[in-house]
Amino acid sequence: MNTTKRAGHALLSLALAGALAACGSGGQTQDGASGGDVTIDYWLWDDNQQASYQACADAFHTANPNVTVKITQTAWDQYWQNLTTQFTTGQAPDVWTNHVSYYPQFIGSGQVLDVQPFVTRDKVDLTQYQEGLPDLWVKDGKRFGLPKDWDTVALVYNTSMLGEQGVKADEMAGLTWNPSDGGTLQQVIAKLTVDESGRNGLDPAFDKNRVKVYGFLPEWADGSQGQNGWGDLAVANGWTYLDKNPWGTQYKYDDPRLAQTIDWYRQLIDKGYAPKFDKQSTLGRDAVLNAGKGAMTFAGSWTINSFLGPDAKEKFALAPMPLGPAGVRKTAINGLSDAIFAGTPHKEEAWKWVKFLASADCQNIVADHAVVFPAIKSASDKAAAAHQAKGRDVHVYLDAAKAPGGTFLLPITEHGNEVSQIVQDAIQSIILGQVGAAEGLKQANDQVNALFS
Amino acid sequence: MRTMRSAERSQVAEPSVAGAPRRRRTRPRDDRRAAWIFLVPALAGFVIFYGYPTVRGFWYSLTDYNLLTAPAYVGGDNYAQLVRDPQFWHSIAVTAYYVLINIGSQLLLALLLAALMHRLTRSVVLRAMLLLPWLVPNVTVALVWIWLLDAELGFVNHVLRALGLGTIGFFMSPDWAMPTIAMVNTWAYTGYTALLLYAGMLQIPPHLYESAAIDGAGELRMFRSITLPMLRPVLALVLVVSLIGSFQIFDTVAVADRGGGGAGSAVRVIYYFIYQQAFQYFHMGYASAAALMLAFVLGVLTVVQMRLLRASRSDLA
Repeated sequence: MNTTKRAGHALLSLALAGALAACGSGGQTQDGASGGDVTIDYWLWDDNQQASYQACADAFHTANPNVTVKITQTAWDQYWQNLTTQFTTGQAPDVWTNHVSYYPQFIGSGQVLDVQPFVTRDKVDLTQYQEGLPDLWVKDGKRFGLPKDWDTVALVYNTSMLGEQGVKADEMAGLTWNPSDGGTLQQVIAKLTVDESGRNGLDPAFDKNRVKVYGFLPEWADGSQGQNGWGDLAVANGWTYLDKNPWGTQYKYDDPRLAQTIDWYRQLIDKGYAPKFDKQSTLGRDAVLNAGKGAMTFAGSWTINSFLGPDAKEKFALAPMPLGPAGVRKTAINGLSDAIFAGTPHKEEAWKWVKFLASADCQNIVADHAVVFPAIKSASDKAAAAHQAKGRDVHVYLDAAKAPGGTFLLPITEHGNEVSQIVQDAIQSIILGQVGAAEGLKQANDQVNALFS
Repeated sequence: MRTMRSAERSQVAEPSVAGAPRRRRTRPRDDRRAAWIFLVPALAGFVIFYGYPTVRGFWYSLTDYNLLTAPAYVGGDNYAQLVRDPQFWHSIAVTAYYVLINIGSQLLLALLLAALMHRLTRSVVLRAMLLLPWLVPNVTVALVWIWLLDAELGFVNHVLRALGLGTIGFFMSPDWAMPTIAMVNTWAYTGYTALLLYAGMLQIPPHLYESAAIDGAGELRMFRSITLPMLRPVLALVLVVSLIGSFQIFDTVAVADRGGGGAGSAVRVIYYFIYQQAFQYFHMGYASAAALMLAFVLGVLTVVQMRLLRASRSDLA
C-alpha cells in the first residue's frame, strides 16, 4: 500500500513536470516521457451512454497512447452505494459521473478534487457550455467538475389520440396553464380523457369511474424537486425552491404558489382526468403511455428514446411546456458532470481525461450517438441534428434550453436525500387526501428546514 | 434433546467419579477436543462474518460516522435520538404488521400443506414443486408480482375489471401495499416451510396414527391430538427461524418501493429504515444503533418463544 502510494506520488510529480513542459511546447501530450502507462478508472451509470463514452475513451487513447481509460457501468441503484464504499476504502475510481443531489455530500468530506487550478492553467472556456451548467459545480470558489450534458422537460403526447379528439398539433405549441382553471392545457387534457363508452372528459355524461384513457399522467415519484411536472409548473407560477440556489439553507415548500399547483393536480384526479394515486401503475409512465392507457405527460429529454425510439408502441410527439400565469414557460435544466477523486494517484491524467470529456472533441462524438444533449452549445445542436436524422423531432428540448429565462436550476443543498424523502412523503399524503396541500407542505417545510439548523 | 442433556450432565459430573484410574483407561478419550476441531470452521466463519461486524457495529453505534470521514465518539446520543424518532417506531410498527400477516398466513398454509403431504401423498414430484417459488430469487419474485398486480396493466386487475369488480392498487395503496407484500412472500416461502414441517411430521412414529385409527379417531382429531403436539419442537424452531427471517424483510420492499415511488411510509420496514440511514443519508452511526436495537428485539422475541413453546424439550424422547 505504502509503496504503491509513494510510486504514485513519484509518478504524479513526473507527470506534472511532463505536462508543464508540454504546455510550453504547444500543448500536445508529452508525459509519455514519464515512461509509465496509466489506466484511468471511469464510472458511469447509464448503459445507454456507455457506447458514446467508450468511443470517447478510444479517441482519447489514440491521442494519449500511454493513458488507457477503463469504463465501468453500474446501474443507478447500486452506483452510489458502490462509490461510497470505494471512498471509504480509498479506492474510488479516478473519474466518475457526478449528480447534483449526491455531490454536496462528497465535497463535504473532501472526496472531490478542486479542478479550478487546472481550469485556470489550461484556460478552459466556460462560456462554451449551456448557461448555468458550469456554475452547478462551484462552491466557495472551488470547482468540482466540468459539465458533460444537460436535460430539460417537455410535454409528450400521443399523436393519434390527439387527432381522434380533433386537437391540432400547432395548438399544442401554444398551450397555457394556470392553477385555478388549468388554462388550455386542462381543456386538452379533458378532451384526451376518454371513458369506456367513448365519451371525452368535456362530455356532461363522462363517467369518471370508468376511464379508458387518462388525458394526463402525473409523476409522483419525483422527490423534492418535481422535475417531471409539479416543480416546473410551480416555478412558472412564480415559486422558488430556496432562499438561494445553489447552497441555500432555507427551503420554501410552504409557499402558497406551490400548494396551488399541487391542488391543481389533485383536481385532475378528482375529475377523472388523471389516475388516482393508489390506482396508478408502478411500471412507470412510459409503460402506461405505450400501452395506450394515457395520452400525455411531462417527460425529460433523457426519455426521448422511450417515446420516439424504435421500441415505442404508439406514436408520440413533443410540445413545449405550457405558458404559465405570467406568460412564460419554465423547465428545469439539470446536468451531470465528471468529477475527479481527490485521492487519485494520477491527478494529471485524470484531469486530462475530464478535460477531454468536457471538450468539443468528445461531446461531438456523444452528440452523434443521439442519446443525450451534450453540455457544449454547438454539440447540443449536433445532437438535435443527429436525432432529426433518425426521424425524431426533439427541437423543443433545445429551444427550452436556449430560451432566455426559460430554465431554472434544480435545488442544490446539503441533506438532499433526506429532503427528497420528506417532501416525497408529504406530496403523496396530499395526493391521497390524507392532509390538505397547504398544511402538508408546511409540515414538510418545517421538517426540511430543521435539517439545516 | 433431553438425552443429550443427560449425557452432558454425566460428563460434567464425571470428574468426581473419575478418580478411579481403571475407569479412565477403558473410557474413550475425551471428545471435547475433537468437537472443537469440528467446530472451528463454523466458528471461524461466525467470528469473522458475524462476531467481528457486530462488535464493529456496536462501536459505530456510539459514534457519528458518515462513512467518509473518521467516526467521532458521541456516547449514547444515537440511541437517545432513536428512541425519540417517530420514523423508527413507525418502521417497527410497519414491520410487526408485516410479520403478523406473513408468519400467520405462511405457517397456517404450510401446516395444511405438510399435513396433506404427510397423510395423503408422498409424491416426490409434488414436494419438489412446492420448493419452486422458494428457489426463485426474491427480487425476481417481487418483479413478477409487480407486473401481475399492476393497477393499470396487470393481469389480476384485468381479470377483476372483466368480472365487473373495481381494480385494486395492490402496491400503491397504503392500505393494500403491506398485505400484498406479505402475501407475495408467503407465496414464495410457504413451500419451504411446509417441507420443514413435513420432515418434522415424518419423525412422528406411525404406530400412533395406527392405534388412533383403531380407536376410531378421524383425520382432524389425529391432527389435533397427535400431529400438533408431537410436532411442537419442530414447529417452534420453524416459527423462530421464519420470524427472524420475516423481520428481515427488505428486498421485496426495496423492489416494490423502487425510487421511493411506491406506497412510501406505509411499507418502510425497519431494514429499509436502516438501509436508508446508512447508505442514502450516510448516517452510519445512527443506522448501527437502529440495527443493534433490532437485534436486541429479535433476541428477546426468540427467548420468549423458546420458553413459551418449551422448544428444547420433545415429547418423543
